[in-house]
Amino acid sequence: MLGLGVDRLQADINRLLTSLFHQGVLDEQFLQLQQLQDDTSPTFVYDVINIYFDESEKLLRSLRLLLMDREFSDYKKIGLHLNQLVGSSSSIGARRVRNVCVAFRSASELNNRPGCLRGLEVVEHEYHYLKNMMHELFQLEQQRLLAAGVRYPM
Amino acid sequence: MVCEMETDQTEEMDIEVLSSMWPEDVGGTQADNNQFNVEKPAGDSDTLKEVDIAEKRTMADLKRLPELMNTTDQGSSQLTNLVKQWEYMQDHAVKLLREELKILTKQREEAEAKELKIIEEHNFETQEPENVPVLDDTSHLLRRFKHTKRDALVGSKRVEIDEEFDTVAYWKQKALSLEKMLEASTERERRLIEKLNESLKTMESHSAPVEELTQNLKRAEGFLHFILQNAPIVMGHQDKDLRYLFIYNKFPTLREQDILGKTDVEIFHGGGVKESEDFKREVLEKGKASKREITFETDLFGSKTFLIYVEPVYNKAREKIGINYMGMEVTDQVRKREKMAKLREDNAVRKAMESELNKTIHITEETMRAKQMLATMSHEIRSPLSGVVGMAEILSTTRLDKEQRQLLNVMISSGDLVLQLINDILDLSKVESGVMRLEATKFRPREVVKHVLQTAAASLKKDLTLEGNITDEVPIEVVGDVLRIRQILTNLISNAIKFTHEGKVGIKLKVISQPSFASEEQNGLTETETSVWIRCDVYDTGIGIPENALPCLFKKYMQASADHARKYGGTGLGLAICKQLVELMGGQLTVTSQVNAGSTFTFILPYKVATSDDHSDDQDFSDMVDHHQAEPDDTTEGYFQFKPLLGTIYSNGGPVIGNSNFLPHKVMLTSPLKIINGFVADTSNNTGQSETAQVENGCGYMDETCSGQRPESVNQYENGTCPSKETESCSSSSQASSEGGALEMESDLTVSSKQPKLLLVEDNKINIMVAKSMMKQLGYTFDIANNGVEAITAIKDTSYDLVLMDVCMPVLDGLKATRLIRSYEESGNWDAAIEAGVDIKTSENDVHSTNRLPIIAMTANTLAESSEECYANGMDSFISKPVTLQKLKECLRQYLH
Repeated sequence: MLGLGVDRLQADINRLLTSLFHQGVLDEQFLQLQQLQDDTSPTFVYDVINIYFDESEKLLRSLRLLLMDREFSDYKKIGLHLNQLVGSSSSIGARRVRNVCVAFRSASELNNRPGCLRGLEVVEHEYHYLKNMMHELFQLEQQRLLAAGVRYPM
Repeated sequence: MVCEMETDQTEEMDIEVLSSMWPEDVGGTQADNNQFNVEKPAGDSDTLKEVDIAEKRTMADLKRLPELMNTTDQGSSQLTNLVKQWEYMQDHAVKLLREELKILTKQREEAEAKELKIIEEHNFETQEPENVPVLDDTSHLLRRFKHTKRDALVGSKRVEIDEEFDTVAYWKQKALSLEKMLEASTERERRLIEKLNESLKTMESHSAPVEELTQNLKRAEGFLHFILQNAPIVMGHQDKDLRYLFIYNKFPTLREQDILGKTDVEIFHGGGVKESEDFKREVLEKGKASKREITFETDLFGSKTFLIYVEPVYNKAREKIGINYMGMEVTDQVRKREKMAKLREDNAVRKAMESELNKTIHITEETMRAKQMLATMSHEIRSPLSGVVGMAEILSTTRLDKEQRQLLNVMISSGDLVLQLINDILDLSKVESGVMRLEATKFRPREVVKHVLQTAAASLKKDLTLEGNITDEVPIEVVGDVLRIRQILTNLISNAIKFTHEGKVGIKLKVISQPSFASEEQNGLTETETSVWIRCDVYDTGIGIPENALPCLFKKYMQASADHARKYGGTGLGLAICKQLVELMGGQLTVTSQVNAGSTFTFILPYKVATSDDHSDDQDFSDMVDHHQAEPDDTTEGYFQFKPLLGTIYSNGGPVIGNSNFLPHKVMLTSPLKIINGFVADTSNNTGQSETAQVENGCGYMDETCSGQRPESVNQYENGTCPSKETESCSSSSQASSEGGALEMESDLTVSSKQPKLLLVEDNKINIMVAKSMMKQLGYTFDIANNGVEAITAIKDTSYDLVLMDVCMPVLDGLKATRLIRSYEESGNWDAAIEAGVDIKTSENDVHSTNRLPIIAMTANTLAESSEECYANGMDSFISKPVTLQKLKECLRQYLH
């Protein structure tokens, strides 16, 4: 915490982002998001992602409840939930979550219950992975900000 | 007929033989003295009597025939046969007569024996002693002897009786009766003699042979006519020059004089005639009878197949004098046979095809399943693997000692490799299954080449010069799928670098004329527009490819050799993907190579030439990578070079780079601050810090090498993500550019006189947030409606300049809402909306805009059908999600001016 790790932290952030891009977890839309962050809204990315996680968690919970119901047949509702999830995921650039959601959605369009269950699992997996990565990213960002804030009297 | 005769043929001589007109050795291989046994004439003659023999049909050269008969072997043998037969018949007659004689003699003997008995009876009666020898009378000789003795005895007895008897009257009576008996006997004898004479006489009358022979001949001839007149058989005799001397059952329209004395060739014209002529000649030469099937194709009787039998004919001196010829029409049979053969063949072929097809289906199914599994597996593997790699990467950011770091680096690079492999597999299966879609975007080939080279240079670990060379005639902007083209170029370049240890690796671009492989219809579309074929060479001075490895170079999972695979690694999928992509885009990928001298991969692709008028509003790609549109030399520059900078590093950064594994030339320090940073870092934390240097200086290096030019995509990410101090330490130009870009946008739009009123209809919180932030950057604010109903309500109350409408929403979706809005614009009332169940309170202050309200759809599907749906429902345009600043900017620019 002597302000000397700023570069390193930035490098770490870059590296993490690069790897996320490389893996296809994120796409260009995330950069758009970052570009939107400016002095007037310094925590824009963080805020959006947090809302995204809140919303998505609700949706996922609802999806799981729907699918766990034995007499379940409301594929339309599943589709609506998934549309939401697809929309918001693509907005923040969570490419892989979006892609698996699309697959899930096509399974729901076919009323394919095993497919839906599998889809849900995959989506949850991707979602948690993304969440972990974002968490990591924000932590690094926070550390970097802290480190960047250190000033020495010259 | 022939067959029947042959089977009937026997050698039994006791059956009466009729010599036929058939030559003796018709069977060809039969022994010479075999005779045809047509039938017993006795049974035959009856049938013949009923038959009306059509002698008219016969055609024989009567003058020649006897001559032929006399001169040839067959002729003479036939005559001999006739004579023999006659003799045989005579013999038979004699035999019959003899038998008759025998019967008569026997009768006489019986009569005599009776007489003798009577005499003996008489003797017995008279008790006349008689010297009867008790002998065995089975012996014929003895009996005969006895008879003669008795005869003599009869004569003497009569005398004896006369002498010995006492009453004369008795004896007289006795003598009288005896005399009567004798008379009867004599009479019988006379009759017999008479009969015998008569027999002899009839025999004499039979003895004229010619008459009988003629009759026989007639009979035979009649029989032959009867059999042959309707048979599809033609028979003939031809001389040594193959001129007809005799013909039977000729073709009806030909007259006798048309045929006799002529050869086949002179009579007929068409296919098969020559062949039959040759065949006959062959038989004549070889002197051996044979059969052949010949198909004639003549004007006279069309296409007919004949089974032809030809045998040579010899004269008595065993010299060939001609041939006998017999033809039978077998067209139908041949046709049937051919049909059968064809059917059988078809059947076999079909069966083979079926089994082949089954096999193929099986294989295809297997392949499909395997592919599907591969894709699924790949995806399944990718998720956890990316977790592993990601975690490893995070781990590498923590405090580690040197050894741990090395291990971790290996781990990460292996993980990356596996990820790359899996991505490749997924890519490939995408291309193969036809899921891959190409997008047409405008791009600048020079920039693409430069970026690819820069990216490659950024990860270069070797002393190599990278160069790009683009000829002047290559257009500044073309339209194509830039992402795929980049992918191909990157793949080829990284391949080239991998296999090159010193020298150069480069890209050359030039315009060529339309290559021959591009067919007309393929380019029907592009030809009407301005299209251009660009040839791209990616060359290196590497190890080269042996010629025998070239064919399998583009196959999946194949590398030039197993050795290479071990030495250089890689999945062997890269080139296969490149080739498929190039072909997908209608081009061709080829390679030329020389071992130890280098390889050149060439791909030729068609591009549409971007027209300059829409230059301003479509800069998707160039904007993404380039904020310096003003730099004129950049768009036209045709040559780039990236040289290794090892020297600089060694002279300057020796202590910094303790570990030479790190990409040394990249640590090209750009500013004093960096150097200080580097040194500081080095002293504080050697291993961790040098890695940091590697990453951030990567961008520094590039800025340095292409100084004065725009920054490239690689470090744009980095610039984008480091909004504060880090950017400052990077090259000033890049920051200026990104800020400048933003400024430009803002000024663009805020210039417009009054603030336009916008409505965003969107149900997704995140999307609203993002859109809001974007609008803020662009200098706009907007109202928000969460669904179609809210949107309609808002539009009813306020006059908007533009509506951004999400398509997929709860309650009332964007398409329906738009329809209702349009119907309002046309009718001026909201009846349609009310009908549709939207709760609308009409009020005084309703604004009725006469202008058409621009409605822009925001859709998650970019597929064509969806956009059509948007237009069909009255939307003006659409933005595909996710919405980007660029898209939004363009859209607003289009509709707010």
